[in-house]
Order: sequence, then structure tokens, then C-alpha cells
Amino acid sequence: MAAVTETWLVLGGGSTIGRAFAQRAAAAGAAVLLAGRDVAELERSAADLRLRHGVPATSVLFDALDLEAHRGFARACATLAHGRLHLLLAFGVMPTQAACEADPQLAQRMVETNLTGAASVLTALAPVLRGQGGGTVVALGSVAGQRGRPRNHLYGATKAALGVFLQGYAARHARHGVRVLHVLAGPVDTALTWPLPKLPFMVSPAAFAAATWRLARRGTGQVHVPRIWAPVMAAIRALPDRVFNRLDL
Amino acid sequence: MNLVLPQGVVRATSAGAWSSVALQGWGRLGSAPCQAARPERLRDVADAVTSNNGRNLIAHGAGRSYGDAALNGGGAVLLAGRLDRMLGFDATTGVLVAEPGVTIADVIRVFLPQGFLLPTPPGTAFATLGGAVANDVHGKNQHVAGCFGDHVAWLELMLADGSTRRLSPTQDAPAFRATIGGLGLTGVITALAVQLLRVPSNAMRVRRQRVGGLEAYLDAFRAARGASWSVGWIDALAGGAALGRGVLETAEPAAESVALPTPGARRMPFDAPGFLLNPLSVRGFNAAYWRRAPAQGDERVMHANRFLFPLDGIGGWNRLYGARGFHQFQCVLPEAEAPRGLRLLLEAVGQAGAASFLAVLKWMGRAGSGMLSFAQPGFTLALDIPSRSGDRALLLRLERITQEHGGRVYLAKDSALSPQGMVEMYPRLAEFQQVRARLDPGGRFSSDMSRRLGLG
Repeated sequence: MAAVTETWLVLGGGSTIGRAFAQRAAAAGAAVLLAGRDVAELERSAADLRLRHGVPATSVLFDALDLEAHRGFARACATLAHGRLHLLLAFGVMPTQAACEADPQLAQRMVETNLTGAASVLTALAPVLRGQGGGTVVALGSVAGQRGRPRNHLYGATKAALGVFLQGYAARHARHGVRVLHVLAGPVDTALTWPLPKLPFMVSPAAFAAATWRLARRGTGQVHVPRIWAPVMAAIRALPDRVFNRLDL
Repeated sequence: MNLVLPQGVVRATSAGAWSSVALQGWGRLGSAPCQAARPERLRDVADAVTSNNGRNLIAHGAGRSYGDAALNGGGAVLLAGRLDRMLGFDATTGVLVAEPGVTIADVIRVFLPQGFLLPTPPGTAFATLGGAVANDVHGKNQHVAGCFGDHVAWLELMLADGSTRRLSPTQDAPAFRATIGGLGLTGVITALAVQLLRVPSNAMRVRRQRVGGLEAYLDAFRAARGASWSVGWIDALAGGAALGRGVLETAEPAAESVALPTPGARRMPFDAPGFLLNPLSVRGFNAAYWRRAPAQGDERVMHANRFLFPLDGIGGWNRLYGARGFHQFQCVLPEAEAPRGLRLLLEAVGQAGAASFLAVLKWMGRAGSGMLSFAQPGFTLALDIPSRSGDRALLLRLERITQEHGGRVYLAKDSALSPQGMVEMYPRLAEFQQVRARLDPGGRFSSDMSRRLGLG
């Protein structure tokens, strides 16, 4: 086994995309830390990464809502990492707009997970990245954050806010070698989209992970994955309100 | 304008979610609409199994069963493809623990470079380990290695109430024997431990020889008793003196490894038009295949995958039989009955002019360990029967011949066996049904096949 020089920390390691990205990173010889709430489940995935790719893979308990624990979590990740640490932020929740409106606590929990929790854990991890002279942060946003639409503007708002946070985070830590890639994800064939009607330009988790992996090696700023969403969203954002408001989106 | 914007990428919190899908068997004989769950974690499996939607359920792996074994029209299906994690491997014992959706190709990709092969690789590497248990599959080494179930140390089975129990030859052996080859009808396999086979390299030394007719073929197989691997391709359309002619392949592990073959880029891009599929064209193809093997025989060293999974190099080869699909008929006949029975089977296919590319003949040495295992000592013959008018009558005729000669039909391939044939060919059926009633008293698990065969 070649020496391991990089470790990818997957926040939301139990998600479909988190798992697919971890496979991609491990296939490239990186060690993997799978972070999430269900450690027993993550450990099954970690075992799979070790067996398939012969890389170190470990599960770490992480709860986006447990803000107090984020600093300790960041220190633990720093000790567990082999070589340079990089991050994939792949957690988030998306209850329906109707459910959020019916239950304000559900809405609050979404904001706390997708925005507060994400900002908190990235902030806690920043000293680790700076301390090692930099690293890559890949964060999964959504095209839903690019124009608010009736069906999910609360969710979209959390992702839009995350995008603004990432801009400032990138600017602040850039001179310490931290590169931030904000991935605006189109629909992926995950457990979450499985019960939904067929979505346009849907990609497999493996294809999504491969594209994100390629971009993570060099890219910074905002990118659409898959690419087709860049022109589609440009068109949708250019629609005048009087047209957009008549569409049932 | 009905544009659906993406929902974003978030952690999957919805569990036991269902989606409407239409599934086909590998033979593509029509599709079965059903509700499908596609769990990715253990607790999602429990949610799907226990969800009170009133539908019966069957697990579905890679969809490589030819007929309706893993279909459940109007019911529910649990797609196991994303339960695909390898959980542990002991290099000293060679025991692999894995989730059921791990494919044979996955195992070979990871472990062949480390000197391990699946104990009984079936004819396709795309099948899942769960499917290999549920059909108690066999490979080209059946005569020495038995079937897949013989190498399963234990398995974990989820019952209708969502509880999981470990089964092995010593832990609830009847439930273990019912689940090996049990077509998914006892519950959902959530993990299994399989003993891998140690091999000296990734390659095989493969000997090819032409065989001119059926008697000679059976003799050749008997003569090759000592070979580690053996399989025969048979020209099911050759008649008269050439009836049963074919190409016998035997193989031994090679000492040295070879480079990996380039992954199969070839694919059937569309359904073959029906007119291509006529006795004349198939006859020509089969004859050409026969002649390709040199008359004096030859010996080549090749990557194990090329020998074990010859059709996997052509993606979607099942489209070769056109949009209407095909049946595969596979039976095994006891050795004493084989010469007469095989002749009758081949004559029946020849008379019907049922075009079949490359039928397969194989000598089996051991019975399977499951109550509904297919394997028994004797000769097994596999044929493709294109779907068209008259196919049912032919299949019924083949069933009768099989049964009259003490044989049985392979359910992993089957789409046509009668309930009566099932009872006659599988003497442990009543015992199987008793265990099934104990494990699944509410009758939650069933499939198109189980209902067709009168098993409920």
C-alpha cells in the first residue's frame, strides 16, 4: 500500500452522496473519515472502504445540531487524519415546504442543521485546515438556493445563506491555502429522491461523485454538478417575475 | 411548462420510501409493475419489510433471474442493490462477510488480486451474493465444489416482523436449508459469510476440444471428471448424427497471472430485429462457433473472468432475442437417464425449430444443500427459447421429458414450470413450505414465481 498523504472527512458520511464520494476518494488512495450520527451504520461503510481500497477508514460521531461538540470533533478529526485533511460537507435535511409551514420547529431544525450546523462545524475546522497549511473544502449546496420557488423556498433559503457563508469563509481563509468549492447540485438518484417523480437530468451517485471529485482537485468558487444546470439555472434566473410567478415550480 | 426543479442534495432521512417501478426478468418476458423500496442501510430494510402497506414482498438483486423469481406484479419489491458493502474479510480463513447487494464482480475485483475467487461463480458476475444464495447457484466447478450454499458459513435473515436472525448449518439448520435456494421466500438476507476459494493466480489454463455428438460428449465429460472446471457449449440445432455436438472446455488454475482484459466495451445497443432470429441464422452462428474451435483442440491461458463469464463482455446480450424476450430452460437429469433424456430434449427443440444460441451442457457431481436447490448429480442442459407462439407448448414438452427422466427444472431460469411439475421435481417442497410457514406465518414474502408454482 502506497503511503496515505490525504484524508477526506465526509460530514454526512451516511448519505448516498457521502458514501459515493468516499468510494471515489478511497479509490484514489485517500484515507476517509465518515462523520455522522449513526456510528454503527458508518462503521459498515468504513469497513467496506478498507476492504475495497486498502485505505484507512474510520467512523466519527458527528451531530450538526450539537454545536457545543464541534470544536472537540474538529480536534478529534485532526488527530485521526493521515496527512492533509480535506472536507466534504454533505449533510442537510429537506422537509417539504408544507411540513415546515405546519410545524415551525421542523423549519427551525432545518435552518439549524443546514445553516447553523454547517457554519459552526466549518468554523471549528478552519483552524485545523490553516494549521496544516491549507486544504480543500467541498460543500454541497443546491440550485434550489439560486431562485426561491413556491415548492421549497425555505430549504432554498438555507442553501442560499450557506452559499454566502462559503463566499466569506473562502475569502477569509484563502491566504492560508484553504480552497472552497461550492457545488450547486442538481438532482441525484439518492434515497431522498427515490420516492419522488422522475426528475430532469438526474445523475447516479457515482457519476455525481466522480464529477465532484474531479472538480475538487482544482476548482474553487461555485460550480454546477452536473454541468447542464449552469445554463438551465441561468435561464430560470433571467425569467422576469411576472413569468416566473405564473410557473408552477 | 412542467419543469421540476431539483430538490437539492441532502441527507437521506426518509426511510422505507416506496416508488412505482416496472421490473423485468433477464429474459425480458413482459414487465411487472410494483412498489419498490431501495434501502441503503439496515434500518431502512426493516422499515421496508415491516411497513404496513398490505403488499407482499420479495427481494430483488441484480435482476439476473431469467423468469419471474424476483418479480412481484402488483406487490412490493425490495431492491437490494444498494446494500452493497463488504463488512469483513479474514485473509487466513478466506471468509468474506458482505451485504447481499455486493456483486460477484465486486468480490472478484477486490479479492482475485489477493488470490481468492468466489467458490462457485455462476455464468454472470453481475449477479449479487444475495441472489447467489437465493438461487443456490453453481458454476463450472460444480462437479467438485458443489453449489454456492455449500460455502456459506452463515447468513442473517430478516423476517416479516423486522427482526433478524443468524442462520447456519448449526443455528436453525432447517431455516438455513430453506433459505439456501429458497428464492427469497423465507425473508430478506441482510448479510452473509462466504468462504472464498484460494487460487494461485488470476488466470486459467483453458483446453478446448470439439465433440462430434451427444454420446461422445457425455463420455468426454466423464473423462474430464478430474478437471477443476468444465463446461460444454452445445449446438442445440444440429440434428441427425451431429445431434449434441459442441465444444467442451476444461480448465485448471494457471500458475502465473495475466493482464486484466480490457473491460467489455461491446454492448447490444438495441433489440435485435425479429427477422434476424431464425433457425437459419442461429444454425449458422452455432456452426461457426463449433468450427472456431480447432479440430485438434487447443489450450490457452486467459483471465479467469473471460473463462467464467464469457457473455458479460457483451452488455445487454439478452436483447439478442428481440423485444419479445426469451425463456431459458435449464434442467438436470440423473446420469443414468441423461443419454436418452438429453437426446429427447434436443430433438424436441430441433423439431420446434426453436432457435437457441449456444446451449450449455455441464456435468454435475453433487446435490445442493438447500431444500429447493436445483443441483443433483447428473447432466444439466440450458437452452434459450425465444418468446413466440408455440413456446409454451415446447416448454411443457421439455418439462414432461425432464420429469419422466427423473430430472428437475432450474427455478432461477424458469418462467413456465407447472405447479404439478414443481411438486414432482422438488421432493423437499413440503418440508420447505413447513419452514416457510414457521418463519413467515403471515405470508408476507411471495413472488410471481411462488404464486405461479402454487406455493402461495
